[in-house]
Amino acid sequence: MTDLHWLPTVSDWRQRQRALTTAMPDPWAEAVSLANARIGFVLVNALDETLRRVFPTPPQGLQTKPIRLAVLGSSTLTHLLPAIRVAGVRRGLWIDAYENDFGQYMQELADPASGLHGFAPTAILFAFDAWHVSAGVTAGMDAAAAADALQAIVARIRDNWRQARASFRCPIAQQAIMPLHAPLLGNNEHRLPGSRAAFVARLNAALREAAETDGVDMIAVDDRAVRDGIGKWHDPGLWHRSKQEVAPTAAPMYGDLVGRWLAALQGRSFKCLVLDLDNTLWGGVIGDDGLEGIALGQGSALGEAFVAFQDYARELSRRGVILAVCSKNDEANALEPFEKHPDMVLRRGDIACFVANWSNKADNIRAIARELNIGLDSLVFVDDNPFERDLVRQELPMVAVPDVSDDPVGYAAALADAGYFEGLAVTDEDRARTGQYQGNKAREALKEAVTDLPSYLRGLEMRLIARRFDRVGLQRIVQLINKSNQFNLTTRRYTDEDVLAVLDDPRAFGLQLRLLDRFGDNGVIAIVIGRLREAGDLYIDTWLMSCRVLGRQVEPTTLNLIASEAAKLGATRLIGEYIPTKKNAMVRDHYPRLGFAPHNEVYCLDLRDFTPAETFIDVVEE
Amino acid sequence: MASEAEIYTALTEMFRDIFQRDDMELTPTLNARDVQGWDSFKQIEIVMASEERWGIKFRTRELDSLQSVGDLVAMIGRKTA
Repeated sequence: MTDLHWLPTVSDWRQRQRALTTAMPDPWAEAVSLANARIGFVLVNALDETLRRVFPTPPQGLQTKPIRLAVLGSSTLTHLLPAIRVAGVRRGLWIDAYENDFGQYMQELADPASGLHGFAPTAILFAFDAWHVSAGVTAGMDAAAAADALQAIVARIRDNWRQARASFRCPIAQQAIMPLHAPLLGNNEHRLPGSRAAFVARLNAALREAAETDGVDMIAVDDRAVRDGIGKWHDPGLWHRSKQEVAPTAAPMYGDLVGRWLAALQGRSFKCLVLDLDNTLWGGVIGDDGLEGIALGQGSALGEAFVAFQDYARELSRRGVILAVCSKNDEANALEPFEKHPDMVLRRGDIACFVANWSNKADNIRAIARELNIGLDSLVFVDDNPFERDLVRQELPMVAVPDVSDDPVGYAAALADAGYFEGLAVTDEDRARTGQYQGNKAREALKEAVTDLPSYLRGLEMRLIARRFDRVGLQRIVQLINKSNQFNLTTRRYTDEDVLAVLDDPRAFGLQLRLLDRFGDNGVIAIVIGRLREAGDLYIDTWLMSCRVLGRQVEPTTLNLIASEAAKLGATRLIGEYIPTKKNAMVRDHYPRLGFAPHNEVYCLDLRDFTPAETFIDVVEE
Repeated sequence: MASEAEIYTALTEMFRDIFQRDDMELTPTLNARDVQGWDSFKQIEIVMASEERWGIKFRTRELDSLQSVGDLVAMIGRKTA
């Protein structure tokens, strides 16, 4: 894939791009935000045009060093410059880009009066096409002639590097040569000394070695083309038509590869990976499914996929990326797999900062940054839940939040393709980093911070579909009743027959509640069973809810529904009960929070005084 | 297959994005001489964006014969048939 698949789709992108002007309060922040949307090459070009109009010079107060990048090469590169500039803005970098006159890079390097010297670059990228560097190489060559040809081109390229460094004293990158030549022998292409395909492979290896010696960085389009398929990167028809070696459709990815190099030079790569737990590091919900119930490890494809993702995260930590955990869970539940599950790859010691509580994730991520003493703009947050992702993006736009699906097989690729943790060198200190953070960490409880939650909730456009129990929903109702442990007031387990009995009982009601929001359908997320007792009392026999939708006002909205159902049965008072278990501490204060008064081991709410709570959820009764 | 009207609707949005002109209207006879900035690079953008949008691939000869918006629409119509 050459599209920027880890970035979120922004629905009103076009209007916002058209509306970008210097007259806005913070046009640079808006530009950075627009550059962080999932857009193809046409819109990248459109954004670049706007950006160059709005920011012909670096914006005032820019936090990064402005960059003058010269892209020197042998073929058409013009179409890559917009993508490079936009990739810079994606990382808060302002880039002015220069391209040599077609084919004239050597002359311009040598001539102090050239446009290149006038431009005075602060960074240089050499981007040679595969035909240019393999000119003269032919299948008729013997081994000695091919070796000479290789040596000659490496020497020439190193000479370009030397000249560039002598003139401009700036960082230099060499784009690897694209592996686009068609093979002649086949599987054993390497045996043909004069094969251009084999030549490019050998040249890329030689360039990497030379770059190590000469202090030059690589832009690995060859590795990228292997991952994506060369057909995604190169279109032979276009090459013949316009001498564009990189197809315009691949330009956004090409630009991003360059952008992450430039950002890394300024120390602006991301440093810390913040991980959700339930359905991100393992399948299922630890608080409900328990240690034996979560999907992790051998025995299922899903379990193995989570192991593979954990392995990738641990490998990242071993090269210096800090790991943190941010999960909505009771801390004891969240820690249990780390301490006891035999298939966990990540251990508590791999996590520099471990936060599991029921506060909102934006606040918790702020706390993680504070505790690790790193900037919020160095955090990457991975969560399978689109609600949490969007909350964090909205509250903390500087935190990178890759758009992953709910399938763990894609998580490692999303992180790798996004290039968040681009590194130019690895030090011993990097390899020891997690240990340091771990040692320094004070495991204090996290303070609550203030977040503008109401405006967020309003924007979610939530709808709660309330249905009486029915046979269609039977399976899911029974499953929830028997599986939910945490948000479950009474933890009563019922069979199919028990549930069907409620359906037929004129003195009882059962409610199944489905929550929809602008991200889609969360499915049935709450179950309530009410039973009429003597003297107008309605006893809440069962009230359970999926923890996924905590903090979204589902609870008071559900109470409104219970009150109205109770009134239909002629009740004047609600009786709620909390039966403590090992897992349901989180709802200990559920009824007092909703305005119930304690009364002989249970809680009461007089319906004659009850005013339904106003919430941001629209209720649809079916 | 994509109907001619559908192709025009999608192409209009595409042209507006490529040329950054929200008032752009497409007609069958519209061609590079009529539109300021429609150079060979923009032509390639139009072709690549169309290929991506409809999941099709134009042959070199087809691209050589492309003269107007009408030609492009007809070609997309044939390839999505």
